[in-house]
Amino acid sequence: MGLGGWMEVGRMDELGQMDSPVHRVHAQAKTVTTGLFIISVMSFSRYEVSALTPFFLYPLMLMSLGRIPPGYLFRKVLVAAPFAVAVGLFNPFFDQQPAVAIGTLAVSGGWLSFASILLRFALTVSAALALVACTGMHRLCAGLERMGLPRILAVQLLFLYRYLFVVGAEGSRMVRGVELRAALPRALRFRVYGSLVGNLLLRSMARADRIYRAMQARGFDGAIRVLRPARLRWADLAFVCGWAAFFAAARFWNLAVLFGGLLMKGAS
Amino acid sequence: MHMADALISPAVGGALWAVTGGVSATCARKLKTSMRGDLIPMMGVLGAFIFTAQMINFSIPGTGSSGHLGGGLMLAVLLGPYAAFLVIASVLAVQAFFFADGGLLALGCNIFNLGFFPAFVAYPVCYRWLARDAQGGVRLWGASVLAAVVGLQLGAFSVVLETWASGVSGLPFGTFLLLMQPIHLAIGVVEGMATAAAVSFVARARPESLAPMRVSPNASASLRSVLTGVLLATCALGGAFSWLASTRPDGLEWAIAKVSGKEEVAGNEGNLHRRLAALQEKTAILPDYGFKAGAGRAAPEEATDSVHDAPASEAWPAVDAGTSVAGLVGGAVTLVLACLVGFAVNARQRAV
Amino acid sequence: MSHHVVEVRNLCFAYPDGTEALKGVSFRIAHGLAVALVGANGAGKSTLLQHLNGALMPTRGEVAVGGTVLTRETAAAVRRAVGMVFQDPDDQLFMPTVFEDVAFGPLNAGLPPDEVERRAAAALERVGMGHLRNRPPYKLSAGEKRSVAIATVLAMSPDVLVMDEPSSNLDPRGRRRLIGLLRSFEHTRIIATHDLELVVEVCSHVFVLDGGAIVAEGPTLTVLNDEALMLAHGLECPHILRHLHPHGPA
Repeated sequence: MGLGGWMEVGRMDELGQMDSPVHRVHAQAKTVTTGLFIISVMSFSRYEVSALTPFFLYPLMLMSLGRIPPGYLFRKVLVAAPFAVAVGLFNPFFDQQPAVAIGTLAVSGGWLSFASILLRFALTVSAALALVACTGMHRLCAGLERMGLPRILAVQLLFLYRYLFVVGAEGSRMVRGVELRAALPRALRFRVYGSLVGNLLLRSMARADRIYRAMQARGFDGAIRVLRPARLRWADLAFVCGWAAFFAAARFWNLAVLFGGLLMKGAS
Repeated sequence: MHMADALISPAVGGALWAVTGGVSATCARKLKTSMRGDLIPMMGVLGAFIFTAQMINFSIPGTGSSGHLGGGLMLAVLLGPYAAFLVIASVLAVQAFFFADGGLLALGCNIFNLGFFPAFVAYPVCYRWLARDAQGGVRLWGASVLAAVVGLQLGAFSVVLETWASGVSGLPFGTFLLLMQPIHLAIGVVEGMATAAAVSFVARARPESLAPMRVSPNASASLRSVLTGVLLATCALGGAFSWLASTRPDGLEWAIAKVSGKEEVAGNEGNLHRRLAALQEKTAILPDYGFKAGAGRAAPEEATDSVHDAPASEAWPAVDAGTSVAGLVGGAVTLVLACLVGFAVNARQRAV
Repeated sequence: MSHHVVEVRNLCFAYPDGTEALKGVSFRIAHGLAVALVGANGAGKSTLLQHLNGALMPTRGEVAVGGTVLTRETAAAVRRAVGMVFQDPDDQLFMPTVFEDVAFGPLNAGLPPDEVERRAAAALERVGMGHLRNRPPYKLSAGEKRSVAIATVLAMSPDVLVMDEPSSNLDPRGRRRLIGLLRSFEHTRIIATHDLELVVEVCSHVFVLDGGAIVAEGPTLTVLNDEALMLAHGLECPHILRHLHPHGPA
C-alpha cells in the first residue's frame, strides 16, 4: 500500500461527495442492494462461469450513472487481484477431470472453477468499491447505523476516517525525516523503527487527549447525538426492488446462455 | 491473511458475519456500561495510528525481507479487549471498503480471524498472564512474542478452516495448513517484536495508559454466558442461512458427504497422506467425481465414473438438514474453538 | 447577555509530578473586555487557560465565572459560558463535516434540531464560512480551519471566548481576517498569544506571565511600550508601536 495509502482514502471519499442520480439514492438502499448482489454472486456453484457475466451490469451501471472513472476502479481491482489468483491457481492442478467441451477442446473442471473464482472476485470487488465511491464515508456510516450497526462502531469508523489523514501525514513526515538522514535502505532498521513508531504512538495518544478535551469543552457527556438523518424515499425502495428482481432472474436462469441462444437463432 | 470473497461460500461467510456481529454487539454493550468518555477519541486515533503503522516497514535482519505491525495485540494492551476488537473491525472495514483488501462477504471472517484471537485469547491468556505489569525487559518481549504467535496461529488456522468449509477453492486442507501455519509463525514473531517495541516506548513515557479497563470478575462470568448465547445464535443463524442458500448443489453434496462419509474416515488407518487424500475427497465435491459411493481412498483425479447422481442427491429427503449442517459445521467449528479457548481463559483467570 | 465577570483568586497549580506551573495568579476581567495573556514559552499561559473552562482544576485558589465558582459539579455550567478555541484546530474539528462540528455544541446542550441548525448556520455565517458547511474538515486550509473552530465555539453562545495562539499558522490574509473578526466580537475575549502586533490591534489590556505568576498588567500600550519590562520577561516591543502599519489602526 505504501505510506501514501491514506491519500487514496481521500480520493475515494471525494468521489463519494459528488452528486449524481446514484449518489442521491439512500445509502441504506445501496448497501442492501450490494449485499444482495454479493450473496447472489457467491451462491453460484463453483463451476459456473457464463451465468455470472450478466451480473457485471450492476457495478457498471453504478459507475456510469455515478460518473466514477472506470479506469480508477479497474486499477484498484487489479491491485487487489493477486491474492485471489494465487489461491485459485491451485484448482487446475488438483481438479483435472474434464467438465466441458468447446468444440474439440476439453476444458477441465479446475480451469472452470479458476475462471469462476476470478469472475466472482472481479464482480464483488467492483461492486463494493462502486458502493463506496458513490456514497462516501459519512453517508455510508449513517446508513449502516440505521441498519443496526452499533453506534459506537459507526462513531469509531468516522473518527478513524477523520484522523487517518492527520496521523498519516505525521507518519509520512517522520519517515521522510529518517530517510533524509539515513543511507536510505528500503525499510527501517528495527531500532529506528521502534523509536519512530513509538513516537508516533505517543503523539497520537496525546492528540486523542486533546480531542477529548475539545469534546468536553463543547459539552460532551459520553452520549453521541446525531442531527436529522436523511429519509428514505420511494425511489430508494424502487432501486432495491428493481435490482433484486434482476439478481433473482440472473441467478435462476442463465441469462448469458439465453441471450447467446437468441443470437445464434437469429444468425441461423 | 486477508481473505477474499472468492474463497468463501455464503454459508461460511454468513455464519462468520453472524459471529462477528454478535461479538461486536457484545463489545459495544460492554463499553457502553463501563464507558470512559475519553475512550472514543482514543479508539479513533489509535485506529488511524494502526492504519498508518501498517504502512511503515522495518527490515528483518538476515532475511532481506521486511515486516510491519499488525496491531491486534497492541490495541488490546492499550485499550482492553472489547475496545480493541471494535478498533480492529473498523480498520479492516476501511481497508475492505476503500482498498478492496479482503472482500465484503469475507469481512466477517477477517475481523474474526484478525481480531478475536489477539483480543480475547492472546491478550488475556498469554500477554496479561505472562507480562503482568512489566514495563520492559525480557518479560515484556517474551510475553509479546508468545502472545502474537498464538494469536496469529489461531487466526491462520481459522482461515484454513473457513476456506475448507467453504469448498470453493480446490486447495486441499492439509496443503493449505502446511502452507499457512509456518509462515504465520514467522509473522507472529515479527509482530510480537514490533508490539513490544512500541509498548515499551509508551511504558517509559506514560505508564498509566498501559492499565486498560480491566474486566471485573463478574464480567468474566457473564462473558462466558454471552459466548454461549452467541454460539447458539450462530448455530440458528448459520442453519437458517444455509437453508436459504440450499440451491447450491455443491454445499448440499458436501453436507451429504459429511454425513455419509464420516464412518469411512474413522475406518481409515494408515499414513497421513492417505488420510489427507481422503479428507481432500470430501472437499472435491461434485458428484461427477464419483466419490460418494463409498469409494474411499481414490484421489479425485483417479475417479473413473462420470455418471453423476444429481437427481438422486436432489431427491435426498432432508434437503434442509443437509445444507443446514453445512452452515452449522462451518460456523460452529470456529466458534467452538473460540469458546473452548474462552472457557479455558476463564478457568485460568479464576485459578490464578 | 448577562454580565459575566471572570475572576481568578490566588490560583495555584502543580502537575502530578510536582512541577509548579502556576504560583498564585489573581486577576479580574470585566465583561466585554479583550485581554491578552503574553509571556515566554513555558510561562504557564496554556495551563492558566485550561483552568478557565475547567479542563484543569486548581490545586489551591479558585476560578469564578459570572459569580459561579468552578468545581467538578459546576464544570458543565462553566463550560457553557466559556468557549475555548484550541491551538491546533485539528483537535477541535473531529466530525465528518463542518456543519456537524459546529452543531456539536448546541446538540450536546439538548437543544431541539431546528434551533441547533439555526445556531450552527448563524455561527458559520458570522465567521464567513457558510459556503463550507458540507466540507470535510481535512479539506480545509489552515485559515478556514481556524475560522470554523471559532464558529464551533460561537454556536454555543458563550459569554467568554478563550483562545490559545489563534493566529499561529495563518497566512497574512487569514490573519487579517481573524483580527477583523476578533475586533467585531462583543464577548469577553481572553487571548494567549505571541503575536504582539495582534495584541495591539485587538486587546485593551495585557497580562504578562512569567514563571507561573503575573509580573505585570495594565493597558496594552503602557505595558507593551515598556521595553525593559518586555526584555526582562523574554518578550520584545512590537514593531507596530514604533512604525505605522498601513493596514492597521491609525
